[in-house]
Amino acid sequence: MKDMINNTSTVAITVSHLKKTYGDIKAVEDVSFAVNEGEMFGMLGPNGAGKTTTVECITGLRRPNGGTISVLGLDPQADRDALHPIVGVQLQSSTFPDKLKVREILDMYQSFYPNPANPEELARALGLSEKLGSYYKTLSGGQKQRMSVALALIGRPKIAVLDEMTTGLDPQARLDTWELIEKNRDRGMTIILVTHSMEEAERLCDRVALIDQGRIIALDTPYGLAEKVTGGKQVRFVPSKSFDDQLLKALPEVKTIEHQGKHVKVVGSGQLINAVILTLAQNGIDALEIHSEGATLEDAFVKLTGRHIHEESKD
Amino acid sequence: MNNIRIKTPRAAFGKLLLNESRLAWRIPIGIGMGLGLPLLLLVIFAIIPGARQPSSDLGGFSYFALTFPLLLAMTVMTVSIMVLPRNLIKYRETAILRRLFVTPVPPSWLLAAQVVINLAIIIAGFIILTATGVTAFGLGLPKNIPGFLLGYLLTVTTLFAVGLCIAAFVRSDAVANGIGGILFFALLFFGGLWLPRPMMPPVLLNISNWTPLGASVDAMQRAMQGLFPSPQSILVLSAYALVFGYLAVRFFKWE
Repeated sequence: MKDMINNTSTVAITVSHLKKTYGDIKAVEDVSFAVNEGEMFGMLGPNGAGKTTTVECITGLRRPNGGTISVLGLDPQADRDALHPIVGVQLQSSTFPDKLKVREILDMYQSFYPNPANPEELARALGLSEKLGSYYKTLSGGQKQRMSVALALIGRPKIAVLDEMTTGLDPQARLDTWELIEKNRDRGMTIILVTHSMEEAERLCDRVALIDQGRIIALDTPYGLAEKVTGGKQVRFVPSKSFDDQLLKALPEVKTIEHQGKHVKVVGSGQLINAVILTLAQNGIDALEIHSEGATLEDAFVKLTGRHIHEESKD
Repeated sequence: MNNIRIKTPRAAFGKLLLNESRLAWRIPIGIGMGLGLPLLLLVIFAIIPGARQPSSDLGGFSYFALTFPLLLAMTVMTVSIMVLPRNLIKYRETAILRRLFVTPVPPSWLLAAQVVINLAIIIAGFIILTATGVTAFGLGLPKNIPGFLLGYLLTVTTLFAVGLCIAAFVRSDAVANGIGGILFFALLFFGGLWLPRPMMPPVLLNISNWTPLGASVDAMQRAMQGLFPSPQSILVLSAYALVFGYLAVRFFKWE
Protein backbone atom coordinates (compact mmCIF):
# COMPACT_ATOMS: atom_id res chain seq x y z
CA MET A 1 0.00 0.00 0.00
CA LYS A 2 2.72 2.40 0.98
CA ASP A 3 4.71 1.55 -2.12
CA MET A 4 1.69 1.98 -4.30
CA ILE A 5 1.19 5.49 -2.96
CA ASN A 6 4.81 6.39 -3.45
CA ASN A 7 4.89 5.19 -7.02
CA THR A 8 1.72 6.64 -8.39
CA SER A 9 1.43 9.99 -6.61
CA THR A 10 3.28 13.23 -6.64
CA VAL A 11 4.57 14.71 -3.45
CA ALA A 12 2.43 17.44 -1.89
CA ILE A 13 4.50 18.34 1.14
CA THR A 14 8.19 17.91 1.79
CA VAL A 15 9.77 18.64 5.14
CA SER A 16 13.49 18.17 5.41
CA HIS A 17 15.65 18.51 8.50
CA LEU A 18 13.19 20.82 10.17
CA LYS A 19 14.47 22.42 13.35
CA LYS A 20 12.64 24.77 15.70
CA THR A 21 13.72 26.02 19.09
CA TYR A 22 12.02 28.31 21.58
CA GLY A 23 14.84 29.84 23.55
CA ASP A 24 16.69 26.87 25.03
CA ILE A 25 13.91 24.41 24.38
CA LYS A 26 14.27 22.31 21.27
CA ALA A 27 10.70 21.72 20.13
CA VAL A 28 11.71 20.07 16.86
CA GLU A 29 15.21 18.62 16.56
CA ASP A 30 15.38 17.08 13.13
CA VAL A 31 12.23 16.10 11.30
CA SER A 32 12.02 14.98 7.67
CA PHE A 33 9.14 13.43 5.79
CA ALA A 34 7.15 13.71 2.60
CA VAL A 35 3.39 13.57 2.17
CA ASN A 36 1.93 12.43 -1.13
CA GLU A 37 -0.97 14.11 -2.84
CA GLY A 38 -4.24 12.64 -1.67
CA GLU A 39 -2.63 10.93 1.28
CA MET A 40 -3.83 11.01 4.87
CA PHE A 41 -0.66 11.42 6.87
CA GLY A 42 -0.73 11.00 10.62
CA MET A 43 1.58 12.56 13.16
CA LEU A 44 1.35 10.65 16.36
CA GLY A 45 3.11 11.29 19.62
CA PRO A 46 2.73 12.44 23.20
CA ASN A 47 2.19 16.03 24.27
CA GLY A 48 5.29 18.13 23.76
CA ALA A 49 6.71 15.81 21.11
CA GLY A 50 6.87 18.59 18.52
CA LYS A 51 3.87 17.64 16.40
CA THR A 52 2.08 20.95 16.71
CA THR A 53 5.25 22.96 16.16
CA THR A 54 5.93 20.97 13.00
CA VAL A 55 2.51 21.70 11.52
CA GLU A 56 2.75 25.32 12.61
CA CYS A 57 5.90 25.59 10.51
CA ILE A 58 4.14 23.89 7.60
CA THR A 59 1.25 26.36 7.74
CA GLY A 60 3.52 29.40 7.99
CA LEU A 61 2.61 30.27 11.57
CA ARG A 62 6.17 29.77 12.75
CA ARG A 63 9.51 30.37 11.14
CA PRO A 64 11.79 27.33 11.38
CA ASN A 65 15.32 27.69 12.75
CA GLY A 66 16.62 25.24 10.21
CA GLY A 67 15.64 22.93 7.39
CA THR A 68 13.31 23.48 4.47
CA ILE A 69 9.61 23.00 3.85
CA SER A 70 7.82 22.87 0.54
CA VAL A 71 4.02 22.78 0.34
CA LEU A 72 2.80 22.26 -3.23
CA GLY A 73 6.00 23.96 -4.34
CA LEU A 74 5.50 26.92 -1.99
CA ASP A 75 7.65 28.12 0.86
CA PRO A 76 5.29 28.64 3.84
CA GLN A 77 7.16 31.79 4.92
CA ALA A 78 7.93 33.49 1.62
CA ASP A 79 4.78 32.43 -0.28
CA ARG A 80 2.27 32.87 2.54
CA ASP A 81 -0.24 34.71 0.35
CA ALA A 82 -0.34 31.91 -2.19
CA LEU A 83 -0.38 29.22 0.49
CA HIS A 84 -3.29 30.26 2.66
CA PRO A 85 -6.05 30.01 0.03
CA ILE A 86 -5.15 26.36 -0.61
CA VAL A 87 -4.32 25.12 2.87
CA GLY A 88 -7.10 24.77 5.44
CA VAL A 89 -5.99 24.75 9.04
CA GLN A 90 -7.55 23.65 12.28
CA LEU A 91 -5.65 24.98 15.26
CA GLN A 92 -5.87 23.49 18.72
CA SER A 93 -6.14 26.86 20.38
CA SER A 94 -8.47 28.77 18.09
CA THR A 95 -11.69 30.32 19.31
CA PHE A 96 -14.24 32.74 17.88
CA PRO A 97 -16.15 35.70 19.35
CA ASP A 98 -18.75 34.53 21.88
CA LYS A 99 -21.42 36.85 20.61
CA LEU A 100 -21.34 35.80 16.97
CA LYS A 101 -23.69 33.13 15.70
CA VAL A 102 -22.40 29.95 14.10
CA ARG A 103 -23.94 30.90 10.76
CA GLU A 104 -22.34 34.35 10.88
CA ILE A 105 -18.89 32.94 11.51
CA LEU A 106 -19.20 30.29 8.78
CA ASP A 107 -20.54 32.90 6.40
CA MET A 108 -17.64 35.24 7.08
CA TYR A 109 -14.96 32.56 6.70
CA GLN A 110 -16.59 31.38 3.52
CA SER A 111 -16.18 34.86 2.06
CA PHE A 112 -12.40 34.64 2.53
CA TYR A 113 -12.02 31.96 -0.16
CA PRO A 114 -12.45 32.12 -3.93
CA ASN A 115 -14.35 28.83 -4.24
CA PRO A 116 -15.78 27.94 -0.84
CA ALA A 117 -17.84 24.98 0.32
CA ASN A 118 -21.47 25.41 1.24
CA PRO A 119 -21.59 26.34 4.95
CA GLU A 120 -24.95 24.67 5.53
CA GLU A 121 -23.82 21.36 4.02
CA LEU A 122 -20.69 21.46 6.08
CA ALA A 123 -22.69 22.20 9.22
CA ARG A 124 -24.98 19.29 8.42
CA ALA A 125 -22.11 16.86 7.89
CA LEU A 126 -20.69 17.86 11.27
CA GLY A 127 -24.02 17.79 13.10
CA LEU A 128 -24.12 21.55 13.62
CA SER A 129 -27.28 22.34 11.63
CA GLU A 130 -29.39 22.96 14.71
CA LYS A 131 -26.77 25.32 16.08
CA LEU A 132 -26.50 27.60 13.04
CA GLY A 133 -28.58 30.30 14.73
CA SER A 134 -26.90 30.01 18.13
CA TYR A 135 -24.16 32.15 19.63
CA TYR A 136 -20.72 30.58 19.59
CA LYS A 137 -20.70 30.97 23.38
CA THR A 138 -23.56 28.47 23.74
CA LEU A 139 -21.76 25.65 21.91
CA SER A 140 -20.42 22.70 23.87
CA GLY A 141 -16.72 21.93 23.74
CA GLY A 142 -17.33 19.23 21.16
CA GLN A 143 -19.43 21.52 19.02
CA LYS A 144 -16.75 24.21 19.10
CA GLN A 145 -14.26 21.58 18.05
CA ARG A 146 -16.43 20.52 15.09
CA MET A 147 -16.89 24.17 14.17
CA SER A 148 -13.14 24.60 13.86
CA VAL A 149 -12.99 21.49 11.67
CA ALA A 150 -15.70 23.04 9.49
CA LEU A 151 -13.70 26.24 9.13
CA ALA A 152 -10.61 24.28 8.12
CA LEU A 153 -12.58 22.73 5.26
CA ILE A 154 -14.71 25.71 4.23
CA GLY A 155 -12.31 27.00 1.59
CA ARG A 156 -12.18 23.61 -0.21
CA PRO A 157 -8.44 23.47 0.42
CA LYS A 158 -6.07 21.17 -1.44
CA ILE A 159 -4.40 20.42 1.85
CA ALA A 160 -5.98 20.27 5.28
CA VAL A 161 -3.93 20.38 8.45
CA LEU A 162 -5.94 19.17 11.41
CA ASP A 163 -4.48 19.44 14.89
CA GLU A 164 -6.23 17.19 17.43
CA MET A 165 -9.47 17.34 15.50
CA THR A 166 -11.48 14.87 17.59
CA THR A 167 -10.12 15.62 21.06
CA GLY A 168 -13.08 16.05 23.38
CA LEU A 169 -15.68 14.70 20.98
CA ASP A 170 -18.22 12.10 22.04
CA PRO A 171 -18.01 8.77 20.18
CA GLN A 172 -20.78 9.56 17.70
CA ALA A 173 -19.38 12.98 16.82
CA ARG A 174 -15.97 11.37 16.42
CA LEU A 175 -17.34 8.88 13.90
CA ASP A 176 -19.18 11.62 12.00
CA THR A 177 -16.03 13.73 11.85
CA TRP A 178 -13.95 10.78 10.66
CA GLU A 179 -16.49 10.09 7.96
CA LEU A 180 -16.40 13.69 6.76
CA ILE A 181 -12.61 13.67 6.68
CA GLU A 182 -12.56 10.38 4.78
CA LYS A 183 -14.98 11.80 2.23
CA ASN A 184 -12.72 14.77 1.68
CA ARG A 185 -9.72 12.51 1.32
CA ASP A 186 -11.60 10.43 -1.23
CA ARG A 187 -12.16 13.62 -3.22
CA GLY A 188 -8.39 14.07 -3.39
CA MET A 189 -7.64 16.30 -0.43
CA THR A 190 -4.23 15.81 1.15
CA ILE A 191 -4.54 15.69 4.91
CA ILE A 192 -2.10 15.96 7.78
CA LEU A 193 -3.64 14.68 10.96
CA VAL A 194 -2.00 15.48 14.27
CA THR A 195 -3.28 13.21 16.96
CA HIS A 196 -2.44 11.30 20.06
CA SER A 197 -5.26 8.88 19.46
CA MET A 198 -3.96 5.51 18.31
CA GLU A 199 -7.42 4.52 17.23
CA GLU A 200 -7.78 7.57 15.03
CA ALA A 201 -4.41 7.05 13.38
CA GLU A 202 -5.11 3.37 12.76
CA ARG A 203 -8.51 4.01 11.29
CA LEU A 204 -7.75 7.02 9.09
CA CYS A 205 -4.11 7.31 8.16
CA ASP A 206 -2.33 5.87 5.16
CA ARG A 207 0.97 6.41 6.91
CA VAL A 208 1.90 7.47 10.38
CA ALA A 209 4.98 9.22 11.70
CA LEU A 210 5.66 8.44 15.34
CA ILE A 211 7.17 11.55 16.87
CA ASP A 212 8.91 11.77 20.19
CA GLN A 213 11.07 14.52 21.66
CA GLY A 214 11.36 16.44 18.43
CA ARG A 215 12.27 13.52 16.19
CA ILE A 216 10.50 11.00 14.00
CA ILE A 217 11.22 7.64 15.56
CA ALA A 218 9.31 5.53 13.04
CA LEU A 219 7.35 6.07 9.84
CA ASP A 220 5.22 3.47 8.10
CA THR A 221 1.65 2.36 7.50
CA PRO A 222 -0.17 1.86 10.81
CA TYR A 223 -0.16 -1.90 10.27
CA GLY A 224 3.40 -2.02 9.07
CA LEU A 225 4.56 0.04 12.00
CA ALA A 226 2.85 -2.11 14.56
CA GLU A 227 4.00 -5.33 12.97
CA LYS A 228 7.57 -4.24 12.39
CA VAL A 229 8.07 -3.01 15.89
CA THR A 230 6.39 -5.72 17.89
CA GLY A 231 7.01 -8.70 15.67
CA GLY A 232 3.41 -8.95 14.67
CA LYS A 233 0.48 -10.84 16.05
CA GLN A 234 0.32 -13.28 18.83
CA VAL A 235 -2.02 -16.02 19.87
CA ARG A 236 -2.22 -17.73 23.25
CA PHE A 237 -4.05 -20.97 23.90
CA VAL A 238 -4.20 -24.08 26.03
CA PRO A 239 -3.63 -27.23 23.94
CA SER A 240 -5.87 -30.21 24.68
CA LYS A 241 -2.75 -32.39 24.76
CA SER A 242 0.95 -31.79 24.46
CA PHE A 243 2.50 -31.59 21.03
CA ASP A 244 5.82 -31.21 19.31
CA ASP A 245 6.73 -27.52 18.82
CA GLN A 246 8.17 -28.46 15.47
CA LEU A 247 4.63 -28.96 14.23
CA LEU A 248 3.96 -25.22 14.41
CA LYS A 249 7.48 -24.00 13.84
CA ALA A 250 7.32 -25.44 10.35
CA LEU A 251 4.55 -23.00 9.47
CA PRO A 252 5.70 -19.92 7.54
CA GLU A 253 3.38 -17.69 9.64
CA VAL A 254 4.99 -18.66 12.93
CA LYS A 255 8.01 -16.92 14.33
CA THR A 256 8.36 -18.07 17.93
CA ILE A 257 6.71 -20.48 20.31
CA GLU A 258 6.82 -20.10 24.04
CA HIS A 259 5.35 -22.28 26.79
CA GLN A 260 3.96 -20.39 29.76
CA GLY A 261 2.69 -23.04 32.18
CA LYS A 262 -0.21 -24.70 30.52
CA HIS A 263 -0.44 -21.87 27.99
CA VAL A 264 1.34 -21.74 24.68
CA LYS A 265 2.16 -18.33 23.16
CA VAL A 266 2.78 -18.20 19.43
CA VAL A 267 4.06 -15.02 17.78
CA GLY A 268 3.97 -14.54 14.03
CA SER A 269 2.32 -12.72 11.16
CA GLY A 270 -0.20 -13.07 8.34
CA GLN A 271 -3.03 -15.55 8.88
CA LEU A 272 -1.41 -16.72 12.09
CA ILE A 273 -4.47 -17.87 14.00
CA ASN A 274 -6.03 -19.81 11.15
CA ALA A 275 -2.77 -21.54 10.39
CA VAL A 276 -2.14 -22.52 14.00
CA ILE A 277 -5.65 -23.80 14.73
CA LEU A 278 -5.89 -25.67 11.45
CA THR A 279 -2.57 -27.39 11.90
CA LEU A 280 -3.40 -28.38 15.46
CA ALA A 281 -6.80 -29.69 14.40
CA GLN A 282 -5.24 -31.77 11.62
CA ASN A 283 -3.16 -33.40 14.32
CA GLY A 284 -6.11 -34.07 16.59
CA ILE A 285 -5.31 -31.29 19.03
CA ASP A 286 -7.87 -28.75 20.22
CA ALA A 287 -6.81 -25.21 21.07
CA LEU A 288 -8.73 -24.04 24.14
CA GLU A 289 -9.04 -20.59 25.70
CA ILE A 290 -7.75 -18.88 22.60
CA HIS A 291 -6.61 -15.27 23.03
CA SER A 292 -5.40 -13.42 20.03
CA GLU A 293 -3.83 -10.00 19.98
CA GLY A 294 -2.93 -7.92 16.99
CA ALA A 295 -0.05 -5.59 17.59
CA THR A 296 -1.26 -2.02 17.86
CA LEU A 297 0.30 1.36 17.37
CA GLU A 298 0.18 1.67 21.14
CA ASP A 299 2.44 -1.38 21.42
CA ALA A 300 4.73 0.14 18.85
CA PHE A 301 4.93 3.38 20.73
CA VAL A 302 5.65 1.71 24.04
CA LYS A 303 8.27 -0.47 22.47
CA LEU A 304 10.01 2.45 20.80
CA THR A 305 9.94 4.92 23.65
CA GLY A 306 9.47 2.87 26.78
CA ARG A 307 6.45 5.03 27.67
CA HIS A 308 2.76 5.10 27.05
CA ILE A 309 1.63 7.80 24.71
CA HIS A 310 -0.53 9.58 27.26
CA GLU A 311 2.37 10.03 29.64
CA GLU A 312 4.03 13.41 29.38
CA SER A 313 7.20 13.51 27.40
CA LYS A 314 10.27 14.66 29.27
CA ASP A 315 10.43 18.47 29.04
CA MET B 1 1.18 25.52 -11.46
CA ASN B 2 0.27 26.37 -7.93
CA ASN B 3 2.09 29.63 -7.84
CA ILE B 4 -0.81 31.64 -9.13
CA ARG B 5 -1.53 34.22 -6.50
CA ILE B 6 -5.20 34.02 -5.65
CA LYS B 7 -6.64 37.36 -4.64
CA THR B 8 -8.55 37.53 -1.40
CA PRO B 9 -12.16 38.35 -2.26
CA ARG B 10 -12.96 41.99 -1.52
CA ALA B 11 -16.29 40.96 -0.05
CA ALA B 12 -14.34 39.50 2.86
CA PHE B 13 -13.73 42.95 4.33
CA GLY B 14 -17.44 43.70 4.14
CA LYS B 15 -18.20 40.49 6.02
CA LEU B 16 -15.60 41.29 8.66
CA LEU B 17 -17.10 44.75 9.06
CA LEU B 18 -20.59 43.29 9.29
CA ASN B 19 -19.63 40.86 12.04
CA GLU B 20 -17.67 43.50 13.94
CA SER B 21 -20.65 45.83 13.86
CA ARG B 22 -22.88 43.01 15.13
CA LEU B 23 -20.47 42.58 18.01
CA ALA B 24 -20.41 46.33 18.72
CA TRP B 25 -24.19 46.20 18.90
CA ARG B 26 -24.39 43.02 20.99
CA ILE B 27 -21.68 44.04 23.46
CA PRO B 28 -22.61 47.71 23.60
CA ILE B 29 -19.84 49.10 25.80
CA GLY B 30 -18.85 51.58 23.12
CA ILE B 31 -22.39 52.53 22.25
CA GLY B 32 -23.58 52.60 25.86
CA MET B 33 -20.66 54.32 27.53
CA GLY B 34 -19.39 56.22 24.52
CA LEU B 35 -22.74 57.63 23.38
CA GLY B 36 -25.10 57.11 26.31
CA LEU B 37 -23.00 58.44 29.18
CA PRO B 38 -21.90 61.73 27.56
CA LEU B 39 -25.45 62.31 26.36
CA LEU B 40 -26.76 61.76 29.87
CA LEU B 41 -24.16 64.17 31.28
CA LEU B 42 -25.05 66.72 28.59
CA VAL B 43 -28.67 66.63 29.68
CA ILE B 44 -27.77 66.83 33.38
CA PHE B 45 -25.41 69.78 32.86
CA ALA B 46 -28.06 71.50 30.77
CA ILE B 47 -30.75 71.28 33.41
CA ILE B 48 -28.63 72.28 36.43
CA PRO B 49 -30.09 75.67 37.36
CA GLY B 50 -27.86 78.46 36.09
CA ALA B 51 -25.51 76.16 34.21
CA ARG B 52 -26.42 77.71 30.92
CA GLN B 53 -25.85 81.29 32.18
CA PRO B 54 -22.60 82.86 30.95
CA SER B 55 -20.31 83.61 33.88
CA SER B 56 -17.36 85.95 34.16
CA ASP B 57 -15.61 83.39 36.42
CA LEU B 58 -15.59 81.03 33.45
CA GLY B 59 -14.21 83.56 31.01
CA GLY B 60 -17.64 84.56 29.76
CA PHE B 61 -18.68 80.96 29.13
CA SER B 62 -21.59 79.14 30.59
CA TYR B 63 -20.66 76.03 32.54
CA PHE B 64 -22.72 74.07 30.03
CA ALA B 65 -20.82 75.41 27.00
CA LEU B 66 -17.51 74.79 28.76
CA THR B 67 -18.20 71.14 29.37
CA PHE B 68 -19.36 70.46 25.83
CA PRO B 69 -15.85 69.90 24.34
CA LEU B 70 -15.12 67.67 27.30
CA LEU B 71 -18.16 65.50 26.56
CA LEU B 72 -17.10 65.18 22.92
CA ALA B 73 -13.65 64.13 24.08
CA MET B 74 -15.23 61.68 26.52
CA THR B 75 -16.95 59.85 23.66
CA VAL B 76 -13.67 59.62 21.79
CA MET B 77 -11.83 58.47 24.89
CA THR B 78 -14.33 55.79 25.87
CA VAL B 79 -14.16 54.21 22.46
CA SER B 80 -10.44 54.56 21.84
CA ILE B 81 -9.19 53.63 25.32
CA MET B 82 -11.86 51.38 26.80
CA VAL B 83 -13.23 49.59 23.73
CA LEU B 84 -10.76 49.43 20.84
CA PRO B 85 -7.67 48.14 22.69
CA ARG B 86 -9.66 45.64 24.74
CA ASN B 87 -11.21 44.18 21.61
CA LEU B 88 -7.84 43.83 19.94
CA ILE B 89 -6.25 42.33 23.05
CA LYS B 90 -9.12 39.86 23.38
CA TYR B 91 -8.71 38.86 19.74
CA ARG B 92 -5.06 38.22 20.35
CA GLU B 93 -5.60 36.50 23.70
CA THR B 94 -8.17 34.09 22.29
CA ALA B 95 -6.12 33.34 19.15
CA ILE B 96 -8.70 34.88 16.83
CA LEU B 97 -5.92 36.87 15.14
CA ARG B 98 -3.78 33.75 14.95
CA ARG B 99 -6.60 31.85 13.27
CA LEU B 100 -7.01 34.66 10.73
CA PHE B 101 -3.31 34.51 10.03
CA VAL B 102 -3.76 31.11 8.33
CA THR B 103 -6.59 32.32 6.08
CA PRO B 104 -6.18 34.45 2.95
CA VAL B 105 -7.36 37.44 5.01
CA PRO B 106 -4.56 39.25 6.84
CA PRO B 107 -5.23 39.94 10.53
CA SER B 108 -4.65 43.63 9.79
CA TRP B 109 -8.05 43.64 8.07
CA LEU B 110 -9.70 42.84 11.38
CA LEU B 111 -7.78 45.67 13.03
CA ALA B 112 -8.91 47.98 10.22
CA ALA B 113 -12.52 46.84 10.66
CA GLN B 114 -12.29 47.60 14.39
CA VAL B 115 -10.96 51.09 13.68
CA VAL B 116 -13.72 51.76 11.13
CA ILE B 117 -16.51 50.59 13.46
CA ASN B 118 -15.19 52.59 16.38
CA LEU B 119 -14.71 55.71 14.25
CA ALA B 120 -18.32 55.33 13.18
CA ILE B 121 -19.43 55.25 16.82
CA ILE B 122 -17.37 58.39 17.54
CA ILE B 123 -18.83 60.24 14.56
CA ALA B 124 -22.32 59.22 15.63
CA GLY B 125 -21.49 60.56 19.12
CA PHE B 126 -20.29 63.85 17.66
CA ILE B 127 -23.47 64.28 15.66
CA ILE B 128 -25.84 63.26 18.47
CA LEU B 129 -24.18 65.42 21.13
CA THR B 130 -23.94 68.48 18.88
CA ALA B 131 -27.48 68.14 17.57
CA THR B 132 -28.91 67.67 21.07
CA GLY B 133 -26.86 70.55 22.53
CA VAL B 134 -27.74 72.98 19.77
CA THR B 135 -31.39 72.16 19.20
CA ALA B 136 -32.55 71.22 22.70
CA PHE B 137 -30.40 73.40 24.92
CA GLY B 138 -29.46 76.41 22.83
CA LEU B 139 -25.76 75.62 22.64
CA GLY B 140 -24.03 78.16 20.40
CA LEU B 141 -21.99 76.79 17.51
CA PRO B 142 -18.24 77.34 17.86
CA LYS B 143 -17.25 80.74 16.54
CA ASN B 144 -14.19 79.26 14.84
CA ILE B 145 -15.47 76.11 13.18
CA PRO B 146 -12.25 75.10 11.33
CA GLY B 147 -10.29 75.55 14.55
CA PHE B 148 -12.83 73.48 16.43
CA LEU B 149 -12.73 70.66 13.88
CA LEU B 150 -8.94 70.72 13.93
CA GLY B 151 -8.96 70.37 17.71
CA TYR B 152 -11.49 67.56 17.47
CA LEU B 153 -9.59 65.66 14.76
CA LEU B 154 -6.36 65.95 16.72
CA THR B 155 -8.19 64.61 19.76
CA VAL B 156 -9.44 61.59 17.82
CA THR B 157 -6.00 60.90 16.32
CA THR B 158 -4.20 61.24 19.64
CA LEU B 159 -6.58 59.10 21.66
CA PHE B 160 -6.66 56.38 18.98
CA ALA B 161 -2.87 56.33 19.05
CA VAL B 162 -2.99 55.94 22.85
CA GLY B 163 -5.54 53.11 22.54
CA LEU B 164 -3.54 51.27 19.89
CA CYS B 165 -0.45 51.69 22.03
CA ILE B 166 -2.26 50.00 24.93
CA ALA B 167 -3.21 47.19 22.55
CA ALA B 168 0.44 46.84 21.56
CA PHE B 169 1.89 46.62 25.05
CA VAL B 170 -0.77 44.99 27.20
CA ARG B 171 -1.19 41.22 26.94
CA SER B 172 -4.32 40.55 28.92
CA ASP B 173 -7.79 41.99 28.70
CA ALA B 174 -8.08 42.26 32.50
CA VAL B 175 -4.96 44.44 32.70
CA ALA B 176 -6.12 46.55 29.76
CA ASN B 177 -9.42 47.07 31.53
CA GLY B 178 -7.62 48.32 34.63
CA ILE B 179 -5.29 50.62 32.71
CA GLY B 180 -8.16 51.93 30.60
CA GLY B 181 -10.22 52.71 33.70
CA ILE B 182 -7.42 54.58 35.47
CA LEU B 183 -6.50 56.54 32.33
CA PHE B 184 -10.13 57.34 31.69
CA PHE B 185 -10.65 59.05 35.03
CA ALA B 186 -7.19 60.63 35.25
CA LEU B 187 -7.51 62.19 31.80
CA LEU B 188 -11.06 63.35 32.48
CA PHE B 189 -9.84 65.00 35.68
CA PHE B 190 -7.15 66.94 33.84
CA GLY B 191 -9.66 67.70 31.09
CA GLY B 192 -11.73 69.48 33.75
CA LEU B 193 -14.74 67.26 34.36
CA TRP B 194 -14.75 67.91 38.11
CA LEU B 195 -13.05 71.28 38.11
CA PRO B 196 -13.47 73.22 34.85
CA ARG B 197 -10.15 74.41 33.43
CA PRO B 198 -10.86 78.14 33.88
CA MET B 199 -11.29 77.46 37.61
CA MET B 200 -8.11 75.40 37.99
CA PRO B 201 -5.27 76.88 40.07
CA PRO B 202 -2.31 77.84 37.83
CA VAL B 203 -0.20 74.79 38.71
CA LEU B 204 -2.99 72.37 37.91
CA LEU B 205 -3.89 74.26 34.73
CA ASN B 206 -0.28 74.04 33.63
CA ILE B 207 -0.25 70.27 34.15
CA SER B 208 -3.59 70.01 32.39
CA ASN B 209 -2.16 71.82 29.35
CA TRP B 210 0.38 69.03 28.93
CA THR B 211 -2.13 66.19 29.09
CA PRO B 212 -3.94 64.93 25.99
CA LEU B 213 -7.40 65.77 27.25
CA GLY B 214 -6.36 69.13 28.72
CA ALA B 215 -4.82 70.15 25.40
CA SER B 216 -7.84 68.83 23.54
CA VAL B 217 -10.36 70.72 25.68
CA ASP B 218 -8.20 73.85 25.53
CA ALA B 219 -8.11 73.69 21.72
CA MET B 220 -11.85 73.23 21.37
CA GLN B 221 -12.77 75.77 24.06
CA ARG B 222 -10.68 78.45 22.39
CA ALA B 223 -12.34 77.66 19.06
CA MET B 224 -15.76 78.05 20.69
CA GLN B 225 -14.74 81.58 21.68
CA GLY B 226 -13.65 82.30 18.13
CA LEU B 227 -9.90 81.86 18.65
CA PHE B 228 -7.67 79.39 16.86
CA PRO B 229 -6.34 76.52 19.04
CA SER B 230 -3.15 77.55 20.82
CA PRO B 231 0.14 76.35 19.29
CA GLN B 232 0.87 74.57 22.56
CA SER B 233 -2.32 72.50 22.41
CA ILE B 234 -1.69 71.57 18.76
CA LEU B 235 1.90 70.62 19.50
CA VAL B 236 1.02 68.61 22.61
CA LEU B 237 -1.69 66.65 20.80
CA SER B 238 0.47 66.05 17.72
CA ALA B 239 3.41 64.94 19.84
CA TYR B 240 1.29 62.43 21.75
CA ALA B 241 -0.20 61.16 18.48
CA LEU B 242 3.23 60.68 16.92
CA VAL B 243 4.88 59.04 19.91
CA PHE B 244 2.05 56.68 20.79
CA GLY B 245 1.31 56.00 17.13
CA TYR B 246 4.94 55.08 16.52
CA LEU B 247 5.09 52.83 19.59
CA ALA B 248 1.84 51.13 18.57
CA VAL B 249 3.04 50.38 15.06
CA ARG B 250 6.48 49.37 16.24
CA PHE B 251 5.46 47.00 19.00
CA PHE B 252 2.08 45.58 18.02
CA LYS B 253 2.20 41.78 17.79
CA TRP B 254 -0.36 39.46 16.30
CA GLU B 255 0.20 36.75 18.89
